[in-house]
Amino acid sequence: MTTDNSKTPPLLSIQNIETLYFDRIYALHGLSLSVREKEIFAVLGPNGAGKTTLLKTIAGLIKDQPKKGIIQFAGHRIHRLAPERVSSLGIVYVPEDRGLFRELTVRENLELGLWGRRDKGIKDDLEFCYQLFPILKARSTQQAETLSGGEQQMLAMARAMLRRPRLLMLDEPSLGLAPMIAKSVYDALLRISHAGTTILLVEQNARLALKIAGYGYIMEAGRIVLEGTSASLQANEDVKELYLGLGGETASPKGWRLYKKRRTW
Amino acid sequence: MQHFLQYTVSGLATGAIYALVALGLALIYRSTRILNFAAGDMATAGTFAAFTLICMQIPFGAAATAGVVVGAVIAMGFYFIILVPAQRRDANQLSQIILTLGLALILQGLVGHFGGTEPQAFPFPLSDAKLHKFGTVVISELGLGTLGISVVCCVLFYLLVQKTRIGLAMRATSENLPAAQTLGIPTRRVLAFSWGLAAGLGVVAGLFLAPAQTLDPFFMLEPFLKGFAAAILGGLNSLPGAIVGGLILGVAEGWAGGYISIAFKNTMAFLIIVAVLLIRPEGMLGEEFKERV
Repeated sequence: MTTDNSKTPPLLSIQNIETLYFDRIYALHGLSLSVREKEIFAVLGPNGAGKTTLLKTIAGLIKDQPKKGIIQFAGHRIHRLAPERVSSLGIVYVPEDRGLFRELTVRENLELGLWGRRDKGIKDDLEFCYQLFPILKARSTQQAETLSGGEQQMLAMARAMLRRPRLLMLDEPSLGLAPMIAKSVYDALLRISHAGTTILLVEQNARLALKIAGYGYIMEAGRIVLEGTSASLQANEDVKELYLGLGGETASPKGWRLYKKRRTW
Repeated sequence: MQHFLQYTVSGLATGAIYALVALGLALIYRSTRILNFAAGDMATAGTFAAFTLICMQIPFGAAATAGVVVGAVIAMGFYFIILVPAQRRDANQLSQIILTLGLALILQGLVGHFGGTEPQAFPFPLSDAKLHKFGTVVISELGLGTLGISVVCCVLFYLLVQKTRIGLAMRATSENLPAAQTLGIPTRRVLAFSWGLAAGLGVVAGLFLAPAQTLDPFFMLEPFLKGFAAAILGGLNSLPGAIVGGLILGVAEGWAGGYISIAFKNTMAFLIIVAVLLIRPEGMLGEEFKERV
């Protein structure tokens, strides 16, 4: 969790990308960011800011996008590559809906995470996943759709880890989870990070995300409007007011209108 | 009772053919949400290929295998050469279904041109005239063979889908394509394999159906429509449903032909489609697809 974003070359570098829906609606508008190896990066923002689009664009899941700009990962230009190719380079994406195969069992879901692997580390990786989420071992013969929301998130993360990602991208991992479960999911993310995996996290729960991330980006309307170390973002008055709920001025519509006029971005 | 058993067994033999065709249709629909209108013609092309080889004195087993391979190659070729580029250009599902109709017409033309349009007798190792008696029930050698091959195909299909890595990838790809892609599963190759497998099942059905009637470029049209009805009856997205649907349709036809009138036999499929769509539109074992808007 280092916080200096300038010294080492980034693992993922995004420069001025533009992603459009239906060839005319800008979802990402000249967005740039970078993610350094073995750290946790958080992208925060309100609904509709383009956070999910950002992750999907990186993962290659939006056809023919980005229209403009460059995405570079570990020395490879990956923009507009097919999702299978992006995945094979070491980027694994866990979507907001967890992306599980609901009709398949927990074990089968995990087996699919091992697709294409024949190395000797499979057993150790499975053991690591079961250590992170012991409940998955107990549920191994259960269909994924019968798991609780928290267990599904754990399965999605475990399956992603079995691909040995260099970059793990998660979309709203705390969405719909009870605070206790969300905390355990975030504890697991910290352990994954300590084991050497780079994490790019998209969250609406800014408080939770900034607790584990070393560096954060604030996104609004398809652009990065603010970035900085977690500590600096947590100390920023606008972030406090809008994302950490520490102000209170924006609670009323009038307060929100006044606030929008004088905020710094 | 004697008649009842006889009609049921005869119906099961016919239903076994429908089940194989329905299984192929359901497999493609489940994986790609496409109704493959070329299924019957792919099977016809494969059966004609086998017929041509048999006429060249190639042993039946080798010719039949080659026929299955020809059917599978046509289906895989169609997927890679036509469907994938169409999907890249954002062709919607309806356009892709129309493409299968186009392929059906092309195959009909090709088979008619190279194989001839005159009905021809299909040489087959099992006889339709040689009868076996089991108690009060009589079944032809061919009928018995049809039942046997269907059971073998269904068991092999089950083992392939449930117990192998490619089967696991097929199930994953059909359920959640983007998730399969992000896990690095080669989804196009997996889908191509599904197309090949579906066409192969159709050719097996064609090989066992051709000796019971005559071989012409349209001989699979009726079984294709019946297989379609069977797939709807079982639930278009359910593989076990396709098998059950095929057998039920075959038996229902057997009973209708036996107890009501032979002329009523073909009406049965249509009546069943109407009844299913009215009572349970998703079919007996099917599930409604839920998609996020």
